[in-house]
Amino acid sequence: MELFDLLIKLALVVAVFTIALVIAMYSTYAERKVAAFLQDRLGPNRAGPYGILQPLADGGKMFMKEEIIPSKADTFLFILGPCIAMMTACMTGVVIPWGNTLIIDGKAYIMQVTDINVGILFAFAVVSIGVYGIMIGGWASNNKYSLLGAIRASSQMISYELAMGFSIIALIMTTGSLSLRDIVEQQSGFHWNFLYQPLGCLLFIICAFAETNRAPFDLPECETELVGGYHTEYSSMKLGFYLFAEYINMFISAAIISALFFGGYNFPFLDKIDAPHNVITLIGTAIFFAKIIFFIFFFMWVRWTLPRFRYDQLMHLGWYVLLPISILNVLVTGAVTLFRNGQFHF
Amino acid sequence: MQLTNRSKVVVQKEMTMAEQIYLPAIFKGMMITISHFFKKKPTINYPEVKRPIAPVYRGQHVLKRDEQGRENCTACGLCAVACPAEAITMTAAERKRGEESLYREEKYASVYEINMLRCIFCGLCEEACPKEAIFLTDRIVKVGTERDTFIYGKDKLVEGIAADQRIDVGKRGGAHRKF
Repeated sequence: MELFDLLIKLALVVAVFTIALVIAMYSTYAERKVAAFLQDRLGPNRAGPYGILQPLADGGKMFMKEEIIPSKADTFLFILGPCIAMMTACMTGVVIPWGNTLIIDGKAYIMQVTDINVGILFAFAVVSIGVYGIMIGGWASNNKYSLLGAIRASSQMISYELAMGFSIIALIMTTGSLSLRDIVEQQSGFHWNFLYQPLGCLLFIICAFAETNRAPFDLPECETELVGGYHTEYSSMKLGFYLFAEYINMFISAAIISALFFGGYNFPFLDKIDAPHNVITLIGTAIFFAKIIFFIFFFMWVRWTLPRFRYDQLMHLGWYVLLPISILNVLVTGAVTLFRNGQFHF
Repeated sequence: MQLTNRSKVVVQKEMTMAEQIYLPAIFKGMMITISHFFKKKPTINYPEVKRPIAPVYRGQHVLKRDEQGRENCTACGLCAVACPAEAITMTAAERKRGEESLYREEKYASVYEINMLRCIFCGLCEEACPKEAIFLTDRIVKVGTERDTFIYGKDKLVEGIAADQRIDVGKRGGAHRKF
């Protein structure tokens, strides 16, 4: 039985890893398609029907490209950069609850690689390591543009992590748990957290855009000013890793947003369905992925609508607007929680 | 003098609360982009779908033969003279005995070259030709990666003798001019 448990976990790890990679792969395709459709174009449609094989063609191209390591670059760090970016992007998926329990032979297995009780903290810790990948890559390139891009990336991510952290604190004050599974389970039915924490949800989504370096916060790689930002000197699959890591991050961010604020695998009228437990679990998982895909689409939608921030505007928004609002949100949430528990004394 | 009603007087006013939050404006912008998402795309998928072209479209040239398969061109050089881009060059030669089935008149072009990179497809060569020998067709000059490949000789310009190798010149052929 022990072995079987282990195998289930292994299968889950492999499945999460594969799904993350496949979704990231097709996000590149979807990005181009969405961009095209929003701009009255058709997008890639040559490789396979509707261009469905485009990611494979892109990947093949990435592998074929010449591998260049600048002679003045720090070779070790230069290679380490994309490795860290990719590794941290893949690591966050383990704490996300992909579904409810599956009952096999009378024993319940959770559809989650690990349910650690500080799930959110783990996710944020790993995401913050991701900035090292960009920073090291930009530094090791020995190039002005790369360095500027890396500095922008790290300062941006650190600035927005504060507001993001505060919006999470407000959420945790209402849920009372750091475990992502607990948070999702509390939202059963339609008690989704964005109804209780609308401001926190908005702040979190805005910060998630900044954390994933997506437009309108894509200053680290703004090609109009910094050539390619931190990955100017990168080529071949190392560049591919950076780009890929961004899409995995986007997938993970979408998953965390939908788990924290939009009910995860819960959906309204869940209890109305008369079906075996496992079937409902699978439906829930499908719904979770639908939510994730919607948020990935949302990320792209925003990217192709809004222009990029100017750097000072970015910092102004982060420090003077989002941070005070998120602190205010924490205070108000705390006051309301105390008041509802009857512990509020004037 | 006022030309249009589109000019707007620039005023520097304080932004309202809604404008300062930006979110309503962002929402508005996103509605605009999403409306484009569902719009019909004007793209024409070129190799599969071709844009209908005018009946008098001026594309790649053809050197015509007459009904008996003889080349119409007599190398008079009027097309080369008319050509504003100086894209046409030719060398004249005298028809030998026994070549009557190849060339319609006693003189013919042994070399006839059009530089497709110089050609502006104005159609003046066709207009200048007294023998109904050169026509512009609805064919599109193929892409190439070498400059030399764009100098089209008689091998590419003269149409075939067999009925199925004849190039249709559509409305521009024949009727308006008799020889």
